[in-house]
Amino acid sequence: MERKNQNQRKKKSHQKELLLQGNEAIVEGALRAGCRFFAGYPITPATEISEILSVKLPQVEGTFIQMEDEIASLGAVIGASLAGVKSMTATSGPGFSLMQENLGFAIIAEVPCVIVNVMRGGPSTGLPTFPSQSDVMQARWGTHGDHPAIVLSASTVRECYDITIKAFNFSEKFRTPAIVLIDEVVAHMREKMILSDEEEIEIFDRVKPTVPPEWYIPFEDTPSGIPAMANFGEGYRYHVTGLTHDIRGFPTSRSDEIGPFVARLHRKISQHFSEIQRAEFFQTEDAEITIVAYGCVARSAKRAMIEAREKGIKVGLLKLVTLWPFVRSAVEKVLQTSKFLLVPEMNMGQVSREVKRVNRGMAKVLTLNKVDGTIITPEEILNRITEVS
Amino acid sequence: MGEVTKLIHKYLRHDKKFPHVWCPGCGIGIMLGALIRAIDRIGFEKDEVVLVSGIGCSGRLPVYVDFNTLHTTHGRALTFATGVKLAKPSLKVIVIMGDGDAVAIGGNHFIHAARRNIDVTSIILNNSIYGMTGGQSSPTTPYGMKSSTTVYSNIEQDFKISELAITAGAVFVGRGTVYQARLLDSLIEKAMLKPGFSVVEVVAHCHTQYGKQNRLGTAVEMMEWQRDHSVTVEKAATMKPEQLQEKIVIGVLVDKALPVYQNEYEKIRERAKATIGR
Repeated sequence: MERKNQNQRKKKSHQKELLLQGNEAIVEGALRAGCRFFAGYPITPATEISEILSVKLPQVEGTFIQMEDEIASLGAVIGASLAGVKSMTATSGPGFSLMQENLGFAIIAEVPCVIVNVMRGGPSTGLPTFPSQSDVMQARWGTHGDHPAIVLSASTVRECYDITIKAFNFSEKFRTPAIVLIDEVVAHMREKMILSDEEEIEIFDRVKPTVPPEWYIPFEDTPSGIPAMANFGEGYRYHVTGLTHDIRGFPTSRSDEIGPFVARLHRKISQHFSEIQRAEFFQTEDAEITIVAYGCVARSAKRAMIEAREKGIKVGLLKLVTLWPFVRSAVEKVLQTSKFLLVPEMNMGQVSREVKRVNRGMAKVLTLNKVDGTIITPEEILNRITEVS
Repeated sequence: MGEVTKLIHKYLRHDKKFPHVWCPGCGIGIMLGALIRAIDRIGFEKDEVVLVSGIGCSGRLPVYVDFNTLHTTHGRALTFATGVKLAKPSLKVIVIMGDGDAVAIGGNHFIHAARRNIDVTSIILNNSIYGMTGGQSSPTTPYGMKSSTTVYSNIEQDFKISELAITAGAVFVGRGTVYQARLLDSLIEKAMLKPGFSVVEVVAHCHTQYGKQNRLGTAVEMMEWQRDHSVTVEKAATMKPEQLQEKIVIGVLVDKALPVYQNEYEKIRERAKATIGR
């Protein structure tokens, strides 16, 4: 009996029951993933991430620095990652716009890093303290040039933790920036979250070269499309540039080198789509109407689904966790089985464009757009459902 | 092979596709030579040196040398350098910038890196023009001069890079011209040995763009102009301001001590760790 009690106590000491905001959960996820460098610039509604990391990073031999702007923040993050430290920044729409130049650098130079964008309404200063989902397309197409993008979203506090770890893993594994895109509701909402030290969470660290330095080809094509990454100061002296480069990292203007290089940047992501793309299906098997939602809207959508089912309307929900690369196969699955797809979004229609793009006449795609700074309620979704059912 | 050539070859990347991008007669090669000699004299290991640059003619410098090299975005070199240095303080981080890079697009990063006293050495090639893009005016193009975007006349006042660095808080500031290669060797060496944010302004000519548009002659003639207009700090102290018009004051302009960011941050770590579990 006594022994059992001891065990229980022991178990409890490994388990933390926390009441956290989404932004706080992002911090916990980042630290768990091994993030030890953060550079940022104050901006609502992402500031808590900076503030908390300024306290926590120095406690774990990490580094926090407040830079002069968001351009500098991402620059410092990329530099720290090249030196071998997992790095992150956090911002909102206007700051994210300033980061787009260096985001392109991280993509072409294949530097792992994580960028959190807690969305606000825009354009410009817009609605700093109100929720919005209007940066879905900025996250995909904000930087210049042809490029792939990895963008994850969350609708619960626990998911903020999980996708931040995922974002670090993807960035390290695929040697590319990964973006955590959440809305202000999820960022500031408090929910219970259980964290356990014993929970097995996969943490991925970048693959380092195992060959001697003179054999190292820093941007070599491999079956996975992902070259091994040497950190600065570890004996593998190589060149990192934002110019289109050959496999040794040296600038090139030879078309027989440029073409394969740009193709590889895309291929290293596209051939791992199934690993990156996450979506959750709720009662979609028999659904005549399937709601496609993400972020805080997925919460309203779930409630609307339950209420609709109570009224006898067969409604399902496809919740998107990965926003980019677009979860085409998951959406196609519900397009084939549902009569209607409803895409409620707190923007003028960004994910719904993608849903319509992959539809090809399989179902009717309906939209519900709200851009007044308030959330989309279950009632509003339910009303839209009853209009068509 | 002469001793100097041997030394340069020790640091060049021989698998890089030469020839380099610079025009015959350009001063950037002199600056690169000075940097290599200074690094060799101090005895830094190649593996511990990170050479960071921005965009422009000067931005192409790191690719030719056998260090950890990082060619960043325009004006942002110091931000990347800040990340590298803070993530791995054992690395020796040197940043190469042009005048447009350092005080136009990167002006904000420049003053803040100086203010924070980040332990990096900035070497700024000031040729008063945007050379690579075809000779547009820069923040250091003097009043009244011509460029491809000021064909009538430049009506703006120019930045004095070293003075800007001093005001922003740099702990070491030196200035030389590419005519005085040995002075550059010594300034760069001192800057790299200095803990904190150090700056070496290298006044150079761009005969291809700036010289041509302002009829200043050949590279050699422009370097002779540098020689004839240079005044040492010591001599300048004895001269009146009006006598210093059009003069380039060369030598060590500032050498002082201020707390270095990474050392201060180490103290923050100690304080932060002491709060755990409280």
